[in-house]
Amino acid sequence: MARLNVNPTRMEMKRLQSRLKTATRGHKLLKDKTDEMVRRFISIAQQNKRLREEVEQDLANAMGSFAQARTQADSRIVDEAICMPSRSVTLQCSKRKVMGIDVPQIEISDTSTQLYPYSFLSVTSRLDDSVRGLNSVLAKLIRLAEVEKTCNMLADEIERNKRRVNALENIMIPQLTETIRYIKMKLDESERSATVRLMKVKDIINN
Amino acid sequence: MVNKIAVIGDKDSVLAFKSVGVEVFDATTAEQAQDLVKKLSQGQYAVVLIAETLAVQIPETLAKAKTRAFPAVVPIPTTAQSNGFGMQGIKADVEKAIGVDIIFNK
Repeated sequence: MARLNVNPTRMEMKRLQSRLKTATRGHKLLKDKTDEMVRRFISIAQQNKRLREEVEQDLANAMGSFAQARTQADSRIVDEAICMPSRSVTLQCSKRKVMGIDVPQIEISDTSTQLYPYSFLSVTSRLDDSVRGLNSVLAKLIRLAEVEKTCNMLADEIERNKRRVNALENIMIPQLTETIRYIKMKLDESERSATVRLMKVKDIINN
Repeated sequence: MVNKIAVIGDKDSVLAFKSVGVEVFDATTAEQAQDLVKKLSQGQYAVVLIAETLAVQIPETLAKAKTRAFPAVVPIPTTAQSNGFGMQGIKADVEKAIGVDIIFNK
């Protein structure tokens, strides 16, 4: 293991020892953080999967109804019927902190309660089904977007955090321990040589 | 303030979203979709829904969009049968975070 390029002095050793202490504590903290993030991530990912399954199912139904509506009536009439929506969806967005990362929080706020923007004369009830279906799936879709984004960001953060933990564990801490050991050896060695020198001098004087 | 929803896809399949007040953007090729995603990312959109068939063709653009809080780009199936692209996204996330896929293996 490579040791740091430092002067083997007592002061340097003290400095490195305090760094080692900080690194060890940081490593423990980061490891705990990763554990907690993984725990949360698993529950969010499961929620994400469940939600996506539901949304895909509902969406397929609504799309199917819409396709049928377009074949039952003239597709141009259907297009025209829905081209001027009676409502517009706006979202309330804010940011929420999950384990120190900003994740979006999205809520739907409707402007109108009227669902069908067309007259019932020209189109079939299939279109109503489709619009109703889409309307109910929309809320879920927004929720899915929120959960999926959280999932993405949490996964990124976990990966980054793992890298940090590994860097501390496998590089930083061994390097510091190695260097401290090296300095200690050097200091001991110089102490011994000083003693030996003194003994030699004493011998010379006594003779 | 970001507060709008958009949907990107070929006109026939995503037009239905117009009836519930979502803004519809027409795209049939990967390039068009890519440009739209980039444009909408700079705009006021919080959620961008994109047809799965288009999403599979532009993975890099979607990966870039993933790193920011807004917009949330969500692939949706536009046909009766989903091609599983959305599920793959979750799977990839799980693999990235944990190392092994423990949610889909059950």
